Amino acid sequence: MEHAIQEITFHHEPGGKEVVSKIIRTTVILSVITIIELGMGLGMYAIPMAAGLKLFLKGVIVILSLAKAFYIVGVFMHLGEEVKNLIMTIVVPLLLFVWFIAAFLYEGNSWKNLRNTYNPKQAVTAPAAPHEAGEHH
Amino acid sequence: MATAQAHTETKWWSGGKSPFNVEYGKLMMWYFLMSDAFTFGAFLISYGTIRFSQNYWPDPNEVFNAFPLAGHANLPLAFVSLMTFILIVSSVTMVLAVHAGHNMDKKGVIKWMIWTVIGGIAFLGCQAWEWTHLITGDHAVMINGQIENIGTTVTMNPWGPAANVAAHDGHHVGTPGPVAFGGYFFGITGFHGFHVASGVVINIVMLIMAINGTFERKGQYWMIEKAGLYWHFVDLVWVFVFLCFYLI
Repeated sequence: MEHAIQEITFHHEPGGKEVVSKIIRTTVILSVITIIELGMGLGMYAIPMAAGLKLFLKGVIVILSLAKAFYIVGVFMHLGEEVKNLIMTIVVPLLLFVWFIAAFLYEGNSWKNLRNTYNPKQAVTAPAAPHEAGEHH
Repeated sequence: MATAQAHTETKWWSGGKSPFNVEYGKLMMWYFLMSDAFTFGAFLISYGTIRFSQNYWPDPNEVFNAFPLAGHANLPLAFVSLMTFILIVSSVTMVLAVHAGHNMDKKGVIKWMIWTVIGGIAFLGCQAWEWTHLITGDHAVMINGQIENIGTTVTMNPWGPAANVAAHDGHHVGTPGPVAFGGYFFGITGFHGFHVASGVVINIVMLIMAINGTFERKGQYWMIEKAGLYWHFVDLVWVFVFLCFYLI
């Protein structure tokens, strides 16, 4: 057992003042981003604006939230200080969310469009010609 | 990232050392949090799908505009901002407790853990108030040609489009909105609140162990670090709950 594998081969430096100042800097960044997000959210409510601009602001708020997530995970949870392979085993599976979000929101939107354009009368009174039946299920 | 770069010269996989350079419990906490992220992600994406499938969805600025002791003042998002800042601050006190643990500073750990527990309880108190306000706060709604007063629950939603009638007392009258709104709101904020509540319990246990000197005798404060990961994750999830339910 003299060659037992040690779980922790390198210890992170305990650090002193500079760690605390990094925590304070991150706190300020998180607070400022939150205030900007709130300002934009209230702006969309208080100021009449075009739907396109509203959508753009919502997109900006989503990106700002991702920045907040990056700071919380990277600094507060110290993921940035771990071994690169460990970071990858956490981050790479989360990439599934890209497909997950795109596919399901597309699905929801399509559901709405189908419901809005669905006409029960048309479906009953317009049978497809026999040779087209396969295409129109 | 800079430290990870500096370590790349080490041959992690040549044997004799742990390739991920972390303690087993901490690694498993990370994988648990990753799976929990998928659970929350699935809930939020389900909410997004239903919201995208509706022609009308309530404006959060109209739904969440109340503040304790402020009567009927229109204060959009004010209370939820307070909740967000409470959670951010309790996350900061947690990271300070972890930092104190790295320095074997028992008094520091105890002090910052107490603040973290207080922050968690304050957040839960705010959420209890918000839920109560939504469930019991009546709103005039036109249902089957009659005006009824209903609150926001998992089966009722008074936040629909405005009705074509002017109420006799000048009050705003709406129509029922999509029922899914209440179900998703209470379901997802409730699941998050459950995480906060269990995090508070875990933090209280850590606090008691720190006061008893358990970690000092062990010679390390790794347990505080693991509890800290969980607590930061709760804050992380709130960033997205806040985004999906209140901001956009």
